[in-house]
Amino acid sequence: MNKTFEVIDHTADVGIIAYGADIEELFSNAALALFSLITELESIENIFHLDLEVSSQDMDSLLIEWLNELIYLVDVKHILFNRFDIKSLTHNGLQATCYGEDFDAMKHTIKVGIKAATYHMLKLDKSDDGFKAQVILDI
Amino acid sequence: MARWQGQLTKIDDYRWEIPQNYKTGMRVPGLIYANKEMLESMREEQTLEQVANVAFLPGIVGHSFAMPDIHWGYGFPIGGVAAMDVKDGVISPGGVGYDINCGVRLLRTSLSEAEVRPRINELINALFRNVPSGLGSEGKIKVSQKEMNQLMVEGARWAVKRGLGSEEDLNVTEEGGCLSGADPGKISDKAVKRGMPQAGTLGSGNHFLEVQVVKEIFDPHIASIMGIDKVGQILVLIHTGSRGFGHQVCTDHLRVMEGAVSKYGIRLPDRQLACAPVKSPEGQDYLAAMACAANYAWVNRQCIAHWTRESFSKVFGKSTEALGMKQIYDVAHNIAKIEEHIIDERKLKVCVHRKGATRAFPADHKDTPTCYKEIGQPVLVPGDMGRCSFVAVGTGRAMAETFGSTCHGAGRMLSRGAARRSVKGQDVLQELESRGITIKTGNFPSLAEEASQAYKDVTDVIDVVHHAGISRKVAMAIPMGVIKG
Repeated sequence: MNKTFEVIDHTADVGIIAYGADIEELFSNAALALFSLITELESIENIFHLDLEVSSQDMDSLLIEWLNELIYLVDVKHILFNRFDIKSLTHNGLQATCYGEDFDAMKHTIKVGIKAATYHMLKLDKSDDGFKAQVILDI
Repeated sequence: MARWQGQLTKIDDYRWEIPQNYKTGMRVPGLIYANKEMLESMREEQTLEQVANVAFLPGIVGHSFAMPDIHWGYGFPIGGVAAMDVKDGVISPGGVGYDINCGVRLLRTSLSEAEVRPRINELINALFRNVPSGLGSEGKIKVSQKEMNQLMVEGARWAVKRGLGSEEDLNVTEEGGCLSGADPGKISDKAVKRGMPQAGTLGSGNHFLEVQVVKEIFDPHIASIMGIDKVGQILVLIHTGSRGFGHQVCTDHLRVMEGAVSKYGIRLPDRQLACAPVKSPEGQDYLAAMACAANYAWVNRQCIAHWTRESFSKVFGKSTEALGMKQIYDVAHNIAKIEEHIIDERKLKVCVHRKGATRAFPADHKDTPTCYKEIGQPVLVPGDMGRCSFVAVGTGRAMAETFGSTCHGAGRMLSRGAARRSVKGQDVLQELESRGITIKTGNFPSLAEEASQAYKDVTDVIDVVHHAGISRKVAMAIPMGVIKG
């Protein structure tokens, strides 16, 4: 599996399609896709890490909750990440370690402000090649 | 994207119906306000399918409405109106949108184009310094947790009490700038943390502050009651909402609604339509939280209006009174309200969802401000930054037909990506400047996303609501200087 993610258009907003050989990789790539929209991924250094725990009622909403948790951290704590180790993932919860640094106006260009991950046109599928998810983000 | 193939019945040149039998499960028909050309472009997306989907929601009465500026949203279309019977109907956060009480405020001045044009750069620079804008912008008012709890309950009055504006402003703000029933106990810690630093900021995306010139007056009598007296007069339009706070409130409560859908056995054609009965604890909690976010947005526009007046005062060396800087009106265009309407000759209490739609109450309505009782509630319809904006008023026909609702703006046509690919931010800037429009922004790519080509022409939108009789157009203004968030 070579593809990690791609960005798709939506009239008022923007969407991502993330891929993964397994579900953990899918969640990690969805987060990467999110941060690729916000800034240049290469401009983020792994200065510190943060352990996150997210819970939800099923896999679809877990993906939305995961992205919304990261959006919250960007908006309130101004942290940018570009590496995600998913430690455990079940149908209703995940634990991850996220690597990144504080936003620095001299170093990072913010391309767009993402305000929420939505359920609109949400798709999470498993095929022979692995997993694929589509999420529309509100900006 | 597949073209929408559904059937539409023509009622007249501006009204089209999606019959109730289009899909099994629709409780009412859909009603679309549009001209023939607009319908063709609406068919290019799944917008009209969303109008039909909204008709599935329990308790919906009348029609599932689509205004002419409709475009594809999450679950509910943007430009959609739906009223649910409070007794057995639902409330849906998707029917309000993420940016709760996104709206517009219009100020007038006694300045003329000739006085402002030579100093527009100075004025726009002063406004840009004085009004915090852009991605992650933080306010110059510092709000403590305790103050945050107060402002969520008090709305615009919270700012007026601190000297940011006057009682007169509140009289010409929808709901007096304060939606009742706000309960900070229904707001998550996360939402508070997102809201505190962003209070009193314009934000980014399609939000703006615009210095405008009146170009045409269609109804001089109504215009004069609003204090719009002559072509060439300067107005200021402010467009913003509840920032990250409203988004977090929506996200938090959508999650609760997800559970409510199965708890109350509600059958939905789209997960993003998640809802709960208005009378249920989940529905009441959302209404109480939504009111907090609506009030936050009114504080936001109140603060920005004050700093706008300050900036004018500084640049022109006169008091705001001497500059005649009164507020014309402030309207919400993403909100749900409990209102009384007459349906089939009987009074009914309904929860009116207006998502990308504006309230348009007629003359003599109890909620139309005293100073506008004779003419109807002002309706403010901003266009894109290269074209124009309109001022209109609500009508009796809107009250009878659309639960007193009308359009809210131009409506997006091109995705942000497509807009960026077709035009560069720098080119947009140059083109606008060549037409005498000064732009200031911290974010050039976003300028391309907001280019005129990305939007429907607001003139077509206003003509439809005017001819359909759900609003009456009063005046048109064009931009002279714009601050883009």
